[in-house]
Amino acid sequence: MSNQLENTVQHHVAHHFDTAEQEFTTAKLGMWIFLVQELLFFGALFVAFFVFKYLYPQMYIEAHHHLSWKMGALNTVFLITSSFTMVMGVRSAQTNQRRATMNYLFATMMLAFCFLVVKYFEYAEKFHHGFLPPHFFSGEGVHQSLPIFFGLYFVMTGLHGIHVLIGIGLIAWLMYRSSKGEFNSEFYTPVEMVGLYWHFVDLVWIFLFPLFYLVG
Amino acid sequence: MVHESHAASEGSYLTNPKGWKSWLFTVDHKRIGIMYLLFIVISFALGGFFALALRLQLLSPVKFLFTAKQYNQLFTLHGAIMVFLFIVPSIPASLGNFMLPLMLGAKDVAFPKLNLASFYIYVFGAIFCVFSMISGAADTGWTFYTPYSTTTDTSVISMTLGAFILGFSSILTGVNFIATIHKMRAKGMNWFRMPLFAWSLYATAIIQVLATPVLAITLLLLILERTMGVGIFDSKLGGDPVLFQHFFWFYSHPAVYIMILPAMGVMSELVTTFCRKNVFGYTTMAYSSIAIAIISFLVWGHHLFVSGQSDNAAAIFSILTFLVGIPSAIKVFNWLATMYGGSINLKTPFLYFLSFIVLFCVGGFTGIMLGALSLDVYFHGTYFVVAHFHYVMMGGTVMAFIGGLHYWWPKMFGKMYSEFWGRVACFFIFAGFNMVFFTQFILGAKGMPRRYFNYLDQFQSLHAFSTVGTWVLGLGFLIMAFYLIDSLINGPPAPANPWGGMTLEWQTQSPPIMHNFESAPVVDHDPYDYKRMDG
Repeated sequence: MSNQLENTVQHHVAHHFDTAEQEFTTAKLGMWIFLVQELLFFGALFVAFFVFKYLYPQMYIEAHHHLSWKMGALNTVFLITSSFTMVMGVRSAQTNQRRATMNYLFATMMLAFCFLVVKYFEYAEKFHHGFLPPHFFSGEGVHQSLPIFFGLYFVMTGLHGIHVLIGIGLIAWLMYRSSKGEFNSEFYTPVEMVGLYWHFVDLVWIFLFPLFYLVG
Repeated sequence: MVHESHAASEGSYLTNPKGWKSWLFTVDHKRIGIMYLLFIVISFALGGFFALALRLQLLSPVKFLFTAKQYNQLFTLHGAIMVFLFIVPSIPASLGNFMLPLMLGAKDVAFPKLNLASFYIYVFGAIFCVFSMISGAADTGWTFYTPYSTTTDTSVISMTLGAFILGFSSILTGVNFIATIHKMRAKGMNWFRMPLFAWSLYATAIIQVLATPVLAITLLLLILERTMGVGIFDSKLGGDPVLFQHFFWFYSHPAVYIMILPAMGVMSELVTTFCRKNVFGYTTMAYSSIAIAIISFLVWGHHLFVSGQSDNAAAIFSILTFLVGIPSAIKVFNWLATMYGGSINLKTPFLYFLSFIVLFCVGGFTGIMLGALSLDVYFHGTYFVVAHFHYVMMGGTVMAFIGGLHYWWPKMFGKMYSEFWGRVACFFIFAGFNMVFFTQFILGAKGMPRRYFNYLDQFQSLHAFSTVGTWVLGLGFLIMAFYLIDSLINGPPAPANPWGGMTLEWQTQSPPIMHNFESAPVVDHDPYDYKRMDG
C-alpha cells in the first residue's frame, strides 16, 4: 500500500466479488462490451456516410472544400496528445504518483477543451455561411444533395462532441476522487476505465477527420 | 451443495431491509427484477387494452367506434408498447434479473448499480412513451417507416425518444449479463455446467449489445430528421427512405431473437424439471442459442422483399432466413426428445411449455413460408404476417414468460398459487389465442391487408370470430391476475424446491435471503444430472 502518501482511502471490494482481481477484470470486461456498443452506435452513421459517398461522390468532393482541413488537423493533434496524457495519467495512478496523476488528468482535460474551442470556431463558420443541416441550409452550392453532407457532418461530429463533453465530466470526476486519495496501485479501476473510454472517443475522431476533411 | 435453511431469522429479500426507500434505492438484483416485473405487467395490460380496443373496431367492416386515424394510433400504441415496453425487457429484465445470479450461484449481477440505473432508464423511457400516448399518439405503426414518420403531425418524437431511451436500458442490461456470466459463476461451474437459461440470456445479451445501438441511432436520426433535417431519408434531397428500413430492421430483426431466445431458455428449464430428465442434447442447445444470435444479424433483408431491394440481395436474404430454421428445429426436437421417456408432471408451467411447442411450431413454419420469396410477395402486408408474428411472439415468448412466471413464482414470492385455476386460465389463453390468430392466417391467405380499419363485407365473419377470441384470451389473463394476486395474500407458503428442480436457485430458501445463499455454492456436476440426484 502507498503509505508514503497522506490521507489515502482504502478501497473495499464490493460485497458480491470474492477478490479485488475479480472486481477489476469484471469492470474491464464490462467497459469493453460497452465500447463495442459505442462502436455499433457510431457504426450505423459511418454506414450512412459511405452509402451517400457511393451515391454522390461529386457532392462529397464539393462539400469537403467547405471544411477547413487545418482546423481538423489541429484538433487531431489535440486529441492524439490527449490520449497520450491519459495513458500517462493511468500509469501514474498505477504507480502511486498522485500529483502526476492529477497533472496528466488536468492536461487531458485542457486538451479536450482546446478541441471543443476549435470545434466552436468551425461550427460558427458553418453557421455564418449557412452550411447547416437541411432544414436550415442556406449555403451556396452546386449539388442538390449538399445538405445531406452537412446533415451527416453535424450529426456525427455533434455526437462525437457530446462524447468529448461527457469525457470532460468523467475526467473531472476522476480528479475529484484522485484528490481524495482514492487511487493507488491496488485500486485504479475508474482511471483505467475512463482511459479506455477516452481512447475510444479519440479513435472515432481519427476516423471522422480523414473521412470528412480529406475525402476529396 | 444443498444448504440447511437456518436463515429464517435473517428474513427473505422481500422483507429485509424494510421500507419503500429500501426498494427504490436497492441494488439487489431480486428486487430490481420484481420492480421490472411490475412495470412489465402494467405495460402488458396497457398494450392488451389497446389490442382489445382495435379488435372491437374490426367487428364491423365500416367505421364503428374509431376513426381511421384513431385506429392507426391504436395499433401503433399496441405495437410500440408491446414491443419496446413489454416483450423486449419481459423475460431478461424480470425473470432473468432475478434468476441469473441465483442460477450461477452468485450474490448479485456483476454491476448492481448499473442494474438499478437500467431500471430507472426504463422508467424514464416509459414516461416518454406514455407522454406520446396522451399528446396525439403516433400513428406510424411501431416500425416508424419514413417518409410517413417524418411528415405525420402526431407525436412521433416522444414515442421514438422513449424507444431510444428504452434501448439504453436494454443495452446496459446486456452488458451486465455478459459480464455476470463471464465472471460471476460459482466455483466449479464451467460454461457447460451452466443452466440453459443462462446460455440463452448470454445469446440474448450479445444481440442486445450489438443490435440495439443501431436502432438507437436510427431513431435518433428520425428525431433529428423531424427537427433539423439530416436528409439521408429524404428523397427530395436525394436521400433514401429505404435506408431507414435497412437500419431499422438491422436492429429489429435481431430484436425478435432478443424476444424469443430467453423464452427458449425458459422452455429448457421447464422441460427438464417437469420431465425429471437431463435435457437431451445440452451442448447443441447451448450452441444453437449462439447460432441463432449470429444468424439473426444476417437476415434483416427479408423485411424488404417488396421495398425495392435487388433480386440478388433478396435471394441471399431468403436463403439466410431459412438457416434460422435449423437451430430452432434443433431446439424443438431436443425438447421433444427430452420428454421421451421422462416422468412427465403436468403442472401449470408445463402446460405452458406444451402450448409453446405447438404455437411456436406453427409460428416457425409460417416463418419459413414468409421467408420464401415467391410466397412473401403474396403474403407481404397481409394478416398472414400479423398472425405469424403473434404466433412466434405471443405464442412463443408470452407463453414462455407466463410459464416461467408460474415456474419461479414460488421462488420469487414464497407462495403457491391455485393449480386448478392455473390450468383453467391456461386453457382459456390457449383456446383464445388460437381463435384470434389462427383466423388471421385464413384472413391473410384470402388477401385481407393489415393495418386497415375497414374491410370488405366477406371478411366480417372471420374478423368477428377473431375479435370474440380476444375476449376469451382476455378472460384467461383476468383469471390469472385474480389467482396470482390471491396467492400473494392467501397462498400457502412455498417449500424451497416445490418442483424438484436441479438448478442452484432451488437450493436456497423461498423466497431467497438477501445475499442469495448461506454459503457460496460449489458445483461438481452437470446442471440437470437427475440420474445422480435420484440415486
